[in-house]
Amino acid sequence: MYPKNLKYTKEHEWVDLETKKVGITYFAQESLGDVVFVELPEIGTELEVGDTIGVVESVKAVSDIYAPVSGKVVAVNEELLDSPELINQDPYGKGWIIEMEITGGEDELLDAAEYQKLVEEEK
Amino acid sequence: MTQLKRTPLYNEHLKLGAKIVEFGGFEMPVQYKGIIEEHNTVRKFAGLFDVSHMGEIEITGPGAKEFIQKLITNNIEKIEPGKIIYSPICYENGGTVDDLLIYCFDWEHFWMVVNASNTEKDWQWIVRHKENEDVQLKNISDDIGQLALQGPRSQEILQLLTPLDLSSIKYYRFQEGEVAGCHCIISRTGYTGEDGFELYTKSNDVITLWQQLLTSGEKFGLAPIGLGARDTLRFEAGLPLYGHELSPEITPLEAGLGIFVDLKSGKEFIGRDVLLRQKEEGLKRKKVGLEMIERGIPREGYQVYKGEREIGFVTSGSFCPTLGKNLAMALIEIGEAQIDNEVSVMIRNRPCKAMVTKIPFYSTK
Repeated sequence: MYPKNLKYTKEHEWVDLETKKVGITYFAQESLGDVVFVELPEIGTELEVGDTIGVVESVKAVSDIYAPVSGKVVAVNEELLDSPELINQDPYGKGWIIEMEITGGEDELLDAAEYQKLVEEEK
Repeated sequence: MTQLKRTPLYNEHLKLGAKIVEFGGFEMPVQYKGIIEEHNTVRKFAGLFDVSHMGEIEITGPGAKEFIQKLITNNIEKIEPGKIIYSPICYENGGTVDDLLIYCFDWEHFWMVVNASNTEKDWQWIVRHKENEDVQLKNISDDIGQLALQGPRSQEILQLLTPLDLSSIKYYRFQEGEVAGCHCIISRTGYTGEDGFELYTKSNDVITLWQQLLTSGEKFGLAPIGLGARDTLRFEAGLPLYGHELSPEITPLEAGLGIFVDLKSGKEFIGRDVLLRQKEEGLKRKKVGLEMIERGIPREGYQVYKGEREIGFVTSGSFCPTLGKNLAMALIEIGEAQIDNEVSVMIRNRPCKAMVTKIPFYSTK
């Protein structure tokens, strides 16, 4: 549920430092339930760690997504606009949200084991 | 904070993998498999809901009928033994105390079925207005379990478990009889916009009833349904939810429930004077449907604008699984309430275009 090659935040985002893609974790989508709406940032947006990237909405909940690292948005997953359910179906694959050019902030990220521990505590 | 209550089915919900949330003072299942799947199950097949959190107040005695008339905005003369009516009850100022169902067993024996979150408030309100000894009141909420079986296959499923001829129970009527060996009140009512039944039984029997229904309904596609889908289903069907479309600040007339407010017969009830005046002077605001034109989900409390001017607010809003649209019910100025009027809903400080549309959004008819 929490791939070892990814890094995580306490706010339940993941970032792949290889592909520079960002999304929300299995735990996050499970807590939200059926995702029915996604709001994406504009390409070129400069982000600091913790800035709001966009919004994910399920039937019942509205949840902000935060930048796990600093950098620039270089791509957004436009498939989510018509198929937001990809976030539920494949949170680490087809459900990616943005791709970034990373300029910093990687040091604060959690590894899979640390994140898993955090999730266990939140349950 | 008071201790949250549980219905007799709490452990059944856990066994079925339900996600539990607080609702109306109870720990209730919000979903089992997922809100959208559960929503679609009810529209296509049938769903079983634990609604044991709802409150039941028994009103008996020779003065019961007159007493109820004093409380409700609807006309009690519409009721007869075996029949049910829906009605708001109001404060003196016309604001809404609650909306409820009234069951008539005989002319001296009635039930009021009330919203879980309002049971205690309603009880206090009703007790306060009791004037003499020809009416007896009893809060039987803890003794009664309630299940809702809703969806097009409901009758077939229920018929397997009862000797009663269900086709003889028409909409808003009820009969007493056995279901799966449990004594039940079988009521052709619901809160989903589909055909279906609500079953009342003793708290002790509700687990048996729940399990038997789920087992025999399985081949018809029956599944347990949480409160999440209950809300999206009632929302698509344009049904009000207390605390959203109705509240102490919203009158039944503003909420579009005029057909349940009897101002013609001259019968007195609490709030009548204010409601009559409101009707004569003309409503200033009204409940409307909104369909989003631009991307975005309207949510409760979001403001509605016409150009630069704030004209009202969203009372309930959601993505609608059956229709695939983002819709809202909103209370807005009467002058902007005409169908097809373009307005905007403020979503995260950005005006998003929407259009006034008719309620209900979904109907089986």
